[in-house]
Amino acid sequence: MPPDHATRPRVGLFATCLMNLFRPNVGFAAARLLEDAGCTVEVPMAQTCCGQPGYNSGDFEAARALARQVIETFEGFDYVVGPSGSCMATLRHDYPKLLADDPTWRPRAEALAARSHELLSFLTDVRGVRDVAAHYAGTVTYHDSCSSLRGLGVEAQPRLLLGTVSGLSLAEMDDREVCCGFGGSFCVKYPAISGRLAGDKTTAVAASGADTLLGGDLGCLLHLAGKLRRDDQPVKVFHAAEVLAGMADGPGIGGEA
Amino acid sequence: MQVDSPNFKAKADAALADPHLREALGKTRIMFVNKRAELAAALPEFERLRDEARDRKNHILAHLDHYLERFDEAVTRAGGQVHWCADAAEARQVILDICQRVGAKSITKGKSMVSEEIGLNDALEAEGYRVLETDLGEYIIQLAHEPPSHIIAPAAHKTREQVADLFHAAHGGERKTSVAELVTEARLVLRDEYFKADVGITGGNFLVAETGSTVIVTNEGNGDLTQILARVHIVTSGIERIVPTLEDVSLFLRILARSATGQETETYTTFSTGPRRPGDPDGPEEFHVVLVDNGRSGMLGGPFQDMLRCIRCGACMNHCPVYGAVGGHAYGWVYPGPMGAVLTPLFAGLDVTTDLPNACTLNGRCQSVCPVRIPLPELLRELRHQQHQRNLRPPAERRALAAWRFVAERPRLYQFTNRLAARAIKGLAGDTGRLHSLPFAEGWTAFRDLPAPEGRTFLELWQARHPGAR
Repeated sequence: MPPDHATRPRVGLFATCLMNLFRPNVGFAAARLLEDAGCTVEVPMAQTCCGQPGYNSGDFEAARALARQVIETFEGFDYVVGPSGSCMATLRHDYPKLLADDPTWRPRAEALAARSHELLSFLTDVRGVRDVAAHYAGTVTYHDSCSSLRGLGVEAQPRLLLGTVSGLSLAEMDDREVCCGFGGSFCVKYPAISGRLAGDKTTAVAASGADTLLGGDLGCLLHLAGKLRRDDQPVKVFHAAEVLAGMADGPGIGGEA
Repeated sequence: MQVDSPNFKAKADAALADPHLREALGKTRIMFVNKRAELAAALPEFERLRDEARDRKNHILAHLDHYLERFDEAVTRAGGQVHWCADAAEARQVILDICQRVGAKSITKGKSMVSEEIGLNDALEAEGYRVLETDLGEYIIQLAHEPPSHIIAPAAHKTREQVADLFHAAHGGERKTSVAELVTEARLVLRDEYFKADVGITGGNFLVAETGSTVIVTNEGNGDLTQILARVHIVTSGIERIVPTLEDVSLFLRILARSATGQETETYTTFSTGPRRPGDPDGPEEFHVVLVDNGRSGMLGGPFQDMLRCIRCGACMNHCPVYGAVGGHAYGWVYPGPMGAVLTPLFAGLDVTTDLPNACTLNGRCQSVCPVRIPLPELLRELRHQQHQRNLRPPAERRALAAWRFVAERPRLYQFTNRLAARAIKGLAGDTGRLHSLPFAEGWTAFRDLPAPEGRTFLELWQARHPGAR
């Protein structure tokens, strides 16, 4: 896509909490992919969390406070894009619900929701990206997060893009539509159940024959990488954006430096 | 039935450690999930039928009083009697009174979750009645002295070998192990009992307002024998199971069997309308419908009304990863899985069921298969909201949530604490890339390692590369 500044949309990159703390490489990979897709990328320093931990814990007031904060922070952008189906589903689906009874904030929440996108689906569905120039030598399997898959309908998009990475072959695992057991704070409130579900998922990963596990949500990926490391399974874990941006040459998530 | 939901965690841990349960649940889940997917894909209008069913239920719930009164009139016209019961105690008493009046000794039962809900078996047995469950799954758990663990497959938690042991202990003779042999053995034991029964009790999948009929669907035919051969037929059903017409029954039947067991239709669909009429070759002398409210009318008009659309197919639990891991008994009451995690707090109280709405990853698969499109994750989140408002969450969790909000509302503090954490955890992990244990994070590290951060936060690295960033 030609770098035409008049038509380059300004994208506010939503730096998810987990990406910011655990995996900055995913943020830079996202920025590179967005720039390659003809966008100008900015990262507002005033951003924090989308508020989902409060929302899912029943503290709707806290979630509303953070929703208003995010709306203000990202109001000037053409798009808000984040490398997570979970956080972006919160912006897209939950903010308008949370602020539905607020005549001032409801329209602002709806306007933000309409401009907010999960990274991989934004690249394909909004920017029309059909291929990437990356190379990755390996057999990968892709984990659909529930918030991407059922929350946002993201399923074909990452596979479309990954299919154009040279050297990469995709080996789908069984039970793709089954939750990995992360579930936000669920994973520490009910660790034994969460651990069992993680084990079921890593068993499916191993059975796929893949040497690399990819996904679009760092919550699931940290959880599954942690389970793979605990069980000494030699499967590398990356966010799909890292592979698509050609930035998966370092250690995977939870991997040795 | 006693509510044992406060012990969710302990029961879940025990369930996770039980290899027999794992085997049994795995088989049940795979069978139901795959068959449902096949059948749903084979019916082009399936998704449209789900919309229609949702809309029809919404209409019914908006006019529930009207349809219930029409039903009462129609049952009376057909020579039966409707008993309106506000709660479980009233429903039990009505049934005990009927049994006493007709001089009953032996009672057969078809599967009825409402009878479990009102604790009917214990009440009847306490009064000296002999009660026999005739649904194979219910019969198995009656022998095991256990409550059902699934709303349509009550013995879903039992392996074939466990059933073989139970039958061998109860019936004597040679220990049978094949499914066919076990079914035959149960059949032979149950067959005589139908004829001896004075009262037959069944559930009601649908109550038809225009005809006064009650409808049950079974795969074993046990419900038919239960209700036809006993002198008195009692139907126990929730008030929300009403439908206006036979047309409606046909709509709901099309989605019920597909969603429940992955069948186009269950083997038997039986309509009961009043007692035996002059000239009828068979049928009961009396026909009673015990209509149970027990908290349902309180859900009308509130945030949980959508739950009253439930047609008790069990698809939500078949597709629930948590149910699939811990089984139905961990939920501690009659209704397990996602629908139970919504209903139990509403029926039994939020304070004794604090785990249920939280023991869910909000993955949404239940909602994606619910034939009447109940937004189960949203209802569970609303229950969490009410728990939060009523201060029912543990103090440590409340403090953590308050601390998270305090930091997240202050961008500079947020950045500072994140920088600190990124360095601290990275420092502990060194070059290994992960932590095996971390103080205050046992909830994470008990079952998995913690992948280490890169050492710097994204926001600080971005700012370093883009000095103008604000």
